[in-house]
Amino acid sequence: MAGQQHTVRVTINGEDYEGPVEARLLLSDFIRHEAGLTGTHVGCEHGVCGACTVLVDGAPVRSCLMFAVQADGASLETVEALADGRTLHPLQEAFRREHGLQCGYCTPGILMTLKPFLEANPAPSDAEIRKALSGNLCRCTGYQQIVAAVRRAAAMLRGEDP
Amino acid sequence: MTTRLIGEPVERREDARLLTGRARFIDDIRLPGMLHAAVLRSPHAKARFTRIDAAAALALPGVHTVITHEDLGTANTPMPLLNEDPGFIHPRTHQALAPGQVRFVGEAVALVVADSRYLAEDALDLIEVDYAPEAAAVDLVAAAKPGAPLVHDDTDSNVACRTADSNGDIEGAFAAADFVLREELRPERGAAQPMETRGVVARYDESLDQLTIWDTTQAPVSARGVIADKLGLPEAAVTVIAPDVGGGFGVKIFLVYPEELLVPFAARMLGRPVKWIEDRREHFIGSNHERLMVHRIEVAATTDGCILGIRDHFLYDSGAYCPYGPINAQCAQAILPGPYKIPAVHTEYEAVYTNTPVVSPYRGAGQPHGNFVMEAAMNHVARALGLDAAEIRRRNLVRPEDCPWDSGRIFQGNTPLIHRDSDYPAQLAKTLEALDYAGVKRSQPAEREQGIFRGAGIAFFVEGTGISPYEGVEVRVEPTGHVHVTTGYPSQGQGHHTTLAQIVAETLAVPPEQVVVESGRSDRFAWGVGTFASRAAVVGGNAALGAAEAVRARALELASDELEVAPEDLVLADGAVHVKGAPQMAVPLAALAYAADPINTLESGTEPGLRAADYYRSPDGAFASGVHGLIVMVDAATGMVEIEKYVVVHDCGVMINPTIVDGQILGGTAQGIGGAFYEKLRFDEAGQPLVTTFMDYLIPTAMEIPPIEIHHMESRSSLNPLGVKGVGEGGAIPALAAFAGAVEDALEPFGATVRAVPLDPPAILALIEGRCEGRAAS
Repeated sequence: MAGQQHTVRVTINGEDYEGPVEARLLLSDFIRHEAGLTGTHVGCEHGVCGACTVLVDGAPVRSCLMFAVQADGASLETVEALADGRTLHPLQEAFRREHGLQCGYCTPGILMTLKPFLEANPAPSDAEIRKALSGNLCRCTGYQQIVAAVRRAAAMLRGEDP
Repeated sequence: MTTRLIGEPVERREDARLLTGRARFIDDIRLPGMLHAAVLRSPHAKARFTRIDAAAALALPGVHTVITHEDLGTANTPMPLLNEDPGFIHPRTHQALAPGQVRFVGEAVALVVADSRYLAEDALDLIEVDYAPEAAAVDLVAAAKPGAPLVHDDTDSNVACRTADSNGDIEGAFAAADFVLREELRPERGAAQPMETRGVVARYDESLDQLTIWDTTQAPVSARGVIADKLGLPEAAVTVIAPDVGGGFGVKIFLVYPEELLVPFAARMLGRPVKWIEDRREHFIGSNHERLMVHRIEVAATTDGCILGIRDHFLYDSGAYCPYGPINAQCAQAILPGPYKIPAVHTEYEAVYTNTPVVSPYRGAGQPHGNFVMEAAMNHVARALGLDAAEIRRRNLVRPEDCPWDSGRIFQGNTPLIHRDSDYPAQLAKTLEALDYAGVKRSQPAEREQGIFRGAGIAFFVEGTGISPYEGVEVRVEPTGHVHVTTGYPSQGQGHHTTLAQIVAETLAVPPEQVVVESGRSDRFAWGVGTFASRAAVVGGNAALGAAEAVRARALELASDELEVAPEDLVLADGAVHVKGAPQMAVPLAALAYAADPINTLESGTEPGLRAADYYRSPDGAFASGVHGLIVMVDAATGMVEIEKYVVVHDCGVMINPTIVDGQILGGTAQGIGGAFYEKLRFDEAGQPLVTTFMDYLIPTAMEIPPIEIHHMESRSSLNPLGVKGVGEGGAIPALAAFAGAVEDALEPFGATVRAVPLDPPAILALIEGRCEGRAAS
């Protein structure tokens, strides 16, 4: 039921957001509807599909499984922060070149899962890539072209030109 | 020079927005003053009610209205019946809100509109309905029997439709048979489950009397017609827009879901924009399902494995209503003989009402079911006759020299299934080679002695695509030099804007960046039907080609006047028309478009503009085909299956964009593997759904889907100018059968016979232990 308002202060993609929210407001709804950053998508709202993945203080988190009030004081990063203006991040560029997306609904969550993964593991094997992807559901691609995109992105991030 | 674009792996123009979070999906739409809706859904599979008490809900601050069936008036008349069937006995369609009786858990009973979705859901809990539950018909086989609880009280049986189709001398075939296989085969219930659920946003502009509806539909033009009709509005006052849509696979085409009517109704009533976004649980119970059929098949064969005839009597679970017609049953029976030369086929189906959500097409629309039945029967006849599974297929295939070969079956859209433009024996040979089928077979005896259970499975498919009705495309060259392409059918991730731009840019010899594509908006192009049945490339693609060719002809005619050179001496290149051999004598398309709009000198009876629309219908549809082959390793202790290799041999005719084709095949195959091993919807005996989350409905992850090796056999279709055959569903269709065949082959030492999919680990352990003959555990 509707209840008391709490003030939440977070940084999203380097910008400060502050607002009164109900304790029950999901972080995903806060990001999408209060901060207006609709690049983060909601697929299941029960923590399985991974579409709503964002970085909370650098770590990938399902924003549908957190309340906005729990993120008070945190620094968040969403898909909107990946590209540098019109220049795509190597992950985004690799997804485009390898047809790593179809409808694109699950894609932002996948990108935000992979960003810290590739930072921690710059030369992953296919098996490691598949394991890293295993918390994100995609219903369009069958994952194969995503795996190829991650391989390409890793190479690009290592400064190679695959 | 004309740049070749058709057939090139052009990168998708859709991607940059999707990758950067700048796309606009339904829940990204935010309008000033917008309210939020939630749907009250039936908690009972069958119940009557007389009273909906919404007083407490309405008293909650922030709640604007609660709409029930009594508020809807004529908007609540039954929805249209699509796909008439000659065998209909009791056609029954759903209504937007249940009027006094509910027939499945999840059926819409009321709509709450409030300041926020949170408040709207609070209000749902405060509505009281005096349900009087009744006995429900849940199990398909039981529901079909006389005396079963009736889903619709005004009928005398749950059989909605009983239809037979026959070709060839079926009695003669069985009389001549050396061997007859008889068995029951059962593909279970599943669902499409796109990653984005459904949603509707509606805005009513009172001053203009215009209703604008953003809708995750696969058929905005068709939806507009139904919504306008139900609301008593002219079509001209209603616009339906499909925004970016996060996957469809069939579940997002329906005419119409309750919310597609309720949300516009509420927006008009309240004079404020209203948004409704389905949550995942609602999607499991309030959106349509697919799959469950029970086939009793008889196959007449000679001792050398020649199939003489098939009889297939099957039950089709329609769910609580049948507004889509028994379309999945129609497709299953039509596609049953696949690529095989079977002289006599008799099919008979009963579409049966049950107190479960409505069933409508999901990727393949009944074809995965028909395919599973035929391919499983092939395996079982082979085993009974001591033949190899590949060999029995080879002996029965329609061969190129037989073509055109009329199967005698009639597919969706009244399309005759006539085999042509495909080489099935070559497809089989390629599959066996890529799989090293012979090697697997050679190793099996020694492996089995060591307790290693490896098996190979193969399944053919023939996929009906490109079906009626038509689609249309308009191509217009602007005086800016841009080419504006519009069509009514929307995309849910297929990359139509890229492929349409490829077709138009190549035909008009303009750079693809000059081509602007818009689709899925009834205010831009209001003709056509929708995106389904692997038909967009066939019907839409050929309409785009026709429109672009008409524009090219018109450009040559205009340039001929301008340059005073005969049209046959002119060519299009680099965005201009020039004289053959004299590229300096040229006039840009932009200038021709400007000249084609003679503001002061247009003659009555002529049309301005360098533009054309074309409408395409393929009377004979189109048919893609191919083979899936895989090798599995079954762990006999746990029932887990590992796919060691997966090969797809695929012929979809000319590939407009091979990368997009691969994506369609890979994604379809993954969905097929999901349906074969992981995904199953279950209900208890009272009709309560037991699977309503992704924790229960297991969509495969990147860990479960193996690398898939694709081999294209690109043989041009003779049925349409582009030579395409359609590609959307071919990946999904044979995966059930191929997986089942591989598991059965691996478990041959246990005498396992697979008669149902999905084959989850408990079902596989049951096969190993001989506890039940392939019936998936429920």
